[in-house]
Amino acid sequence: MNRPEGPNSFPRADRAAVNPSYRLYHPKWYRERYPIFWWLERFAYGKFITRELTSLAVGYAAVLLMFEIWVLSEGQQAYTRFQELLVSPPVLIFHGVGLLFLLFHSVTWLNLAPKALVVHLGRKRIPDAAVLFGHYAAWLVATALVVWYLVGR
Amino acid sequence: MADSITLQIQRYRPEEEDEPVWQSFEVPRRDEWMVLDGLNYIKDNLDGSLSYRWACRMGVCGSCGMVVNGEPVLTCATYLSELGPGPVRIEPLKGFPVVRDLVGDIQDFIDKLASVKPWIIRDEEQPLSEGEYLQTPEELAEYKQHSMCINCMLCYSACPIYALEPDFIGPAAIALAQRYNLDSRDQGAAQRMEVLSQHEGIWCCTFVGECSVVCPKNVDPAAAIQRYKVKATAEWFKSLLMPWSKR
Amino acid sequence: METTFHDVLVIGGGGAGLRAAIAVAETAPELSVAVASKVYPMRSHTVAAEGGAAAVIKPNDSLDAHAYDTISGGDWMCDQDAVEAFVREAPEELLRLEHWGCPWSREADGHVAVRPFGGMKTERTWFAADKTGFHMLHTLYQTCLKYSTIKMYDEWFATRLLVDEGRCQGVVAIQLATGKIYALLAKVVILCTGGCGKVFPFTTNANIKTGDGMAMAYRAGAPLKDMEFVQYHPTGLPFTGILITEATRSEGGWLINKDGYRYLQDYDLGRPEPQPVKSSMELGPRDRLSQAFVKEMQKGRTVETPYGHVVHLDIRHVGEKIINTKLPFVRELCLKYENLDPVRELIPVRPVIHYMMGGVHTDIEGAAALPGLYAAGEVACVSINGANRLGSNSLTELLVFGARAGKAAARFAADQAEPTRDVLAQALDEERRLMKEWLEKTGGRERVATLRDEMQQAVESGAGIYRDGARLQAAADKIQELKQKVRDVSIDDRSRTFNTELVAGLELTNMLDLADAIIQSGLSRTESRGAHQRTDHPERDDERFLAHSLAHRTEDGPSRIEFVPVTVTRWPPGERVYGR
Repeated sequence: MNRPEGPNSFPRADRAAVNPSYRLYHPKWYRERYPIFWWLERFAYGKFITRELTSLAVGYAAVLLMFEIWVLSEGQQAYTRFQELLVSPPVLIFHGVGLLFLLFHSVTWLNLAPKALVVHLGRKRIPDAAVLFGHYAAWLVATALVVWYLVGR
Repeated sequence: MADSITLQIQRYRPEEEDEPVWQSFEVPRRDEWMVLDGLNYIKDNLDGSLSYRWACRMGVCGSCGMVVNGEPVLTCATYLSELGPGPVRIEPLKGFPVVRDLVGDIQDFIDKLASVKPWIIRDEEQPLSEGEYLQTPEELAEYKQHSMCINCMLCYSACPIYALEPDFIGPAAIALAQRYNLDSRDQGAAQRMEVLSQHEGIWCCTFVGECSVVCPKNVDPAAAIQRYKVKATAEWFKSLLMPWSKR
Repeated sequence: METTFHDVLVIGGGGAGLRAAIAVAETAPELSVAVASKVYPMRSHTVAAEGGAAAVIKPNDSLDAHAYDTISGGDWMCDQDAVEAFVREAPEELLRLEHWGCPWSREADGHVAVRPFGGMKTERTWFAADKTGFHMLHTLYQTCLKYSTIKMYDEWFATRLLVDEGRCQGVVAIQLATGKIYALLAKVVILCTGGCGKVFPFTTNANIKTGDGMAMAYRAGAPLKDMEFVQYHPTGLPFTGILITEATRSEGGWLINKDGYRYLQDYDLGRPEPQPVKSSMELGPRDRLSQAFVKEMQKGRTVETPYGHVVHLDIRHVGEKIINTKLPFVRELCLKYENLDPVRELIPVRPVIHYMMGGVHTDIEGAAALPGLYAAGEVACVSINGANRLGSNSLTELLVFGARAGKAAARFAADQAEPTRDVLAQALDEERRLMKEWLEKTGGRERVATLRDEMQQAVESGAGIYRDGARLQAAADKIQELKQKVRDVSIDDRSRTFNTELVAGLELTNMLDLADAIIQSGLSRTESRGAHQRTDHPERDDERFLAHSLAHRTEDGPSRIEFVPVTVTRWPPGERVYGR
């Protein structure tokens, strides 16, 4: 895509059309092929793809929970084995990374909530910051409840 | 700071080449110059064959959108002196076929804009003798932001979905549809829903969000689309659970 | 040569053009109508208008008051029957636009709000924040999309009117994307191509305001009226010339010189009050304010900057809240283009060319002197603006006369025969001319940009705010010289695909014709009236010059000027009084 051209170069004013695939009054438009690694070209695109891919971590967490319930139904022994598996170092690291992905996904997802959810109280529109705060507050409360149930009770 | 700066411009002359080429020009570096002033300097003094669109030079007509150093911007509103020592790369907007140099074919955008029925739709027109439709400042504020779109198409250039799925009607078109949906005088939301709630409408959008980031007028098309997704989903549920209710 | 045919052909897709097309589509849906514009319609310069559109709607106002303000503002050069029709139809047109969705700013109870504007004794200017033209144009364009009978030819550049059997039958136009030249045939043509501010070097106008429609009509034999009346808007930013709307002064802005003094009080425009007083001081008419600037500059009381002399526009006392609700675009423009915040700092401003009161001579239906040709908007001169236009009358003018011209053209087209075959010969001639004089020509020694600069400098020195015979004549000679030199131009761009240099060259030839008309009209009018001020003839002369100048094209050489009387109905010429 590069022809050597110096600065301030004049075009060839007297040349007629030389491109054999050009037909008079029918110029060929150029359609650029979108690069396969388009998501690496801008930081924002990379962040977007990461956000989308980390949804797999959410899916995994849901599947893990369902699996855990199923293991419970298999009896005490199976569950104890499962718990030992969970605290083994490689699984801990794997789930640690997964937790980070999960948090990243949750935070980016919640941050987008005010864009989609426009709430009116009577004639006044609730400001975006309030909607955002409401989401985080709900998340915190839900987390606190779960923690209390599992640990504090 | 140096006295001049290099502009590397993507040229494309279908009569001469099959693919674009890059051409460099030296232009004076003036504090008060926009990128557009640099392009005008080239056209007036160095190479009259450089083709690009521009008109108002004050950021309201939407003609002069181009990709400068990888970012879609209005060249009449981007200072040359804020782009570093150079060279500055200038290309046409992405997502549109290149007709010539920095000029893209935007007919697809125009067609999509028209497809969302961007006009006031009413069951019954109020006669002019009864005066204006009353609209409070709060009602005006509901859609005001989305009405500021200058059709510059920077959002289409920034949207990877538009490049990957050319049938996507795109951020500005959906924002314009929302501008009318949210206008208290309009009663045509149901008619627009057909166009908007198909795959090429809002559901192509995965909320990358770059459209709102590059928009020079803060139209926030991303918010318009997501908000409409919520509405469209709610309408779908309503039609499923209460098929007898009037759409 | 390929041709297209439509019953009505509108050239120009701005406010007037789109309104005319909609008028045809609504009143005569059996007719086909096309809008051919050299840019996409939403780029038309209507989009940059800021302040507002005037129409009588509040109970404290009356049609007579609007008419009188307009007529006295125009220094009695307005055709009063046209003004009466204009003020009568204005409220309906703006209401219709509101029904089409235009987001007019509102009062708390939901009614349309109005603001005071220059030269008007009562507030009657409807506004949409300070982007009125933008909202009007986008509303019109989007409404236009409703009508299947309207076909858009976007980025088609018209170069010549086709005239046969004494009537206009279409245009020759270049499809810019491919370079192909077509004959767009029609039973009637409506010109809505706007003004020609780019004839001057320093203007609020966009790059595209080159008066192509005026020049085409002129060359086809339709005379141009009142070309010497060019409006300098008092407040444009230095260097860029970007418009700072009159609304800044409606909301209470002050114009102060380098000593911080509100100098307009020295020029018979009233006493300075802290609040804006309608039709007084900063809310006076634009011609008087621009003239006051020149006098201040001669007295050495303006501020010198690297971009020329300026005065300051002070809106700090208006307050951030009002600026953000009613003048947000002004704030944006100052921040971006002057790197200052008008909430806290003074805005440097100076007079800048903004509007052409003159244009294609039409009657009150928009019909030009050439049968089959209509014109509306800034390209036309009806005349409702006379010697000086009041702010916010122009946006309304687009709608009122766009609609009138559209309806009249539709009626005209209904009775017409199809275009003759002979026009095709003319079209082929035009194509040959374009090839020979521009696309295939080599070896020229002149460049378009250089000649354009020279023309602009000549017109500014000859036809500025204050003129005299000697400078006008010098400018006239220079323009004749440039008209010769332009035959020696060859362009760098040999391409047929989107050749913007060809367009620039053709626009230059158009502007040279118009510059000639402006200067010759200025030379012929040996009086001072409104925006045409001659230091060698400083008095207004109603006996000889209560008349419009008509500029006719001659074969080779300057335009021939004749005068036709102004229509006076109910308001005999009087004194323009502001601030008293």
